[in-house]
Amino acid sequence: MVTVLARAGVWLVVLFLAVIAAALAADGGFAIHMAIVALAAFVCLWFTLRNTDYAAVSRGIFRMPVDEGRYDDDPIRWGVIATVFWGMAGFAAGLFIALQLTWPVLNFEPFLNFGRLRPLHTSAVIFAFGGNALIATSFYVVQRTCRARLAFPGLARFVFWGYQLFIVLAATGYLLGITESKEYAEPEWYVDWWLTIVWVAYLAVFVGTIIKRSEPHIYVANWFYLAFIITVAMLHVVNNLDMPVSLLGSKSYPLFAGVQGALVQWWYGHNAVGFFLTAGFLAMMYYFVPKQAERPVYSYRLSIIHFWSLIFLYIWAGPHHLHYTALPDWAQTLGMVFSVMLWMPSWGGMINGLMTLNGAWDKVRTDPIIRMMVMALAFYGMSTFEGPMMSVKSVNSLSHYTDWTIGHVHSGALGWNGMITFACVYYLVPRLWGRERLYSLRMVNWHFWLATIGIVFYAASMWVAGITQGLMWREYGPDGYLVNSFADTVAALHPMFIMRAFGGLLYLAGAVVMVVNVWATILGKLRREAPMRDAAYDPVADRPILAPAE
Amino acid sequence: MSTHSTYDMLRHIADSWGLLAMLLIFLVLVAWPFRPGQRVKNDHAANMIFKDENDG
Repeated sequence: MVTVLARAGVWLVVLFLAVIAAALAADGGFAIHMAIVALAAFVCLWFTLRNTDYAAVSRGIFRMPVDEGRYDDDPIRWGVIATVFWGMAGFAAGLFIALQLTWPVLNFEPFLNFGRLRPLHTSAVIFAFGGNALIATSFYVVQRTCRARLAFPGLARFVFWGYQLFIVLAATGYLLGITESKEYAEPEWYVDWWLTIVWVAYLAVFVGTIIKRSEPHIYVANWFYLAFIITVAMLHVVNNLDMPVSLLGSKSYPLFAGVQGALVQWWYGHNAVGFFLTAGFLAMMYYFVPKQAERPVYSYRLSIIHFWSLIFLYIWAGPHHLHYTALPDWAQTLGMVFSVMLWMPSWGGMINGLMTLNGAWDKVRTDPIIRMMVMALAFYGMSTFEGPMMSVKSVNSLSHYTDWTIGHVHSGALGWNGMITFACVYYLVPRLWGRERLYSLRMVNWHFWLATIGIVFYAASMWVAGITQGLMWREYGPDGYLVNSFADTVAALHPMFIMRAFGGLLYLAGAVVMVVNVWATILGKLRREAPMRDAAYDPVADRPILAPAE
Repeated sequence: MSTHSTYDMLRHIADSWGLLAMLLIFLVLVAWPFRPGQRVKNDHAANMIFKDENDG
């Protein structure tokens, strides 16, 4: 009872503080955000005082089994549901902004214009979809590879819900026009502080579980997860060293100015790609690909070599985002050289993942989840070749600021991050809900093909668009003047933008198929369908030839 | 110490001893799994994910 009172007291204090902050807010956006915080505190207060076992209620709604076994899987089930939910939100926002670029009439001022929806899309897919997938799979993998129950179960739940609050505050902030205008680091100072608290709690849960492990060796997937958690903490704090104008207002100014600020931002930005979207997802790859293939990873030594190479090289590659800017030439060249060197450890990971299937390549034909994993690794290999190539200064002078960059990012994000996450969701859902199998493997196959064809449309149209744009921008006439105005290039790209939006539509359609499949699996349904691995059998032909031909 | 001489000092450390130290640490870390007798341990580590009885 005392703990219930104490908890309720904490929520009440948070509620009061948030209401006061909302009342005294210096700007409307901050007031709305504090109202959201107050609402969250009120919901927590309500749940605490009602004293009902809401965990049990939600288990009833989402058909979650009780964890009597060794592992604490409830936060992982929540994380899988959140991954699917935010994935849909992020893909839908992406399709919408692709349509806005094609038909500008779709820009609804001021809340739903392209400038506000674009960070909503990038944050939703990277941090909400990818982040929830990383948190959920890391909790799953660390327990199984350490053979230990999650440390600090209360804190683990705080990580999940605190992260959702971060997402809601970030997303609503963009729509309200609250932004630091830094790529992938748009949330303002108070949201950054909140994420820092949540992230330290995440680190504590993860490291705590590793410390109480009953398995002597720390499996390589955990190395990647740990590198991801620690590096993201460092990047996030350094890139968000800002001074708020008022403690009751949303505006802040960064500590670093000018080219230093730009370098810190892209040191952050590129390592968000390197440690969030690469190291974290490689961790998923190192556990789920061997498990689904039922074979150990091709070379454990290679996994360690490419881990350390990735860690030592990635952190220096950021300046390639600032070619031909005020950044000193030597720093640009450094960024380029390290980016080119990164090619090898990246392919080390791809080769290690693909060669895990050595001797079991038939599974690509029979198992659509393995097929997704292989496609993810293929796109990982392709985009980690394309990236170093684009970081070379002479290539960059053509590709930079064009849609080629957008195409590159999406072949990595849709192909690598998206596909490996879908595969992990399909792996996890039947296991987490104690189901015999997925609702439908054939629907996984449909998802695979819709997503793959969607990416092909996306990447191909953006290559053509990017190179067209780059060549048109640099075209001089005999009179020494530029031939094309910017509007000319926009008009030239219109068909490519339509193709890109169509690719996005296919990708979203695949994700809708996933939602249906995951939901039906959670409900415990099994689709009656012909298995995918049957070869045709013809009993008439299947008999010995009785008389040899004359 | 002026700002510029601090920059100068740090930059020279970074491209001499700092670089050497990073390189040596990197080489040791990469060579670590190749110590004699590690093959068995590596194989064991790669297969440990299949020992679990409670992962579905």
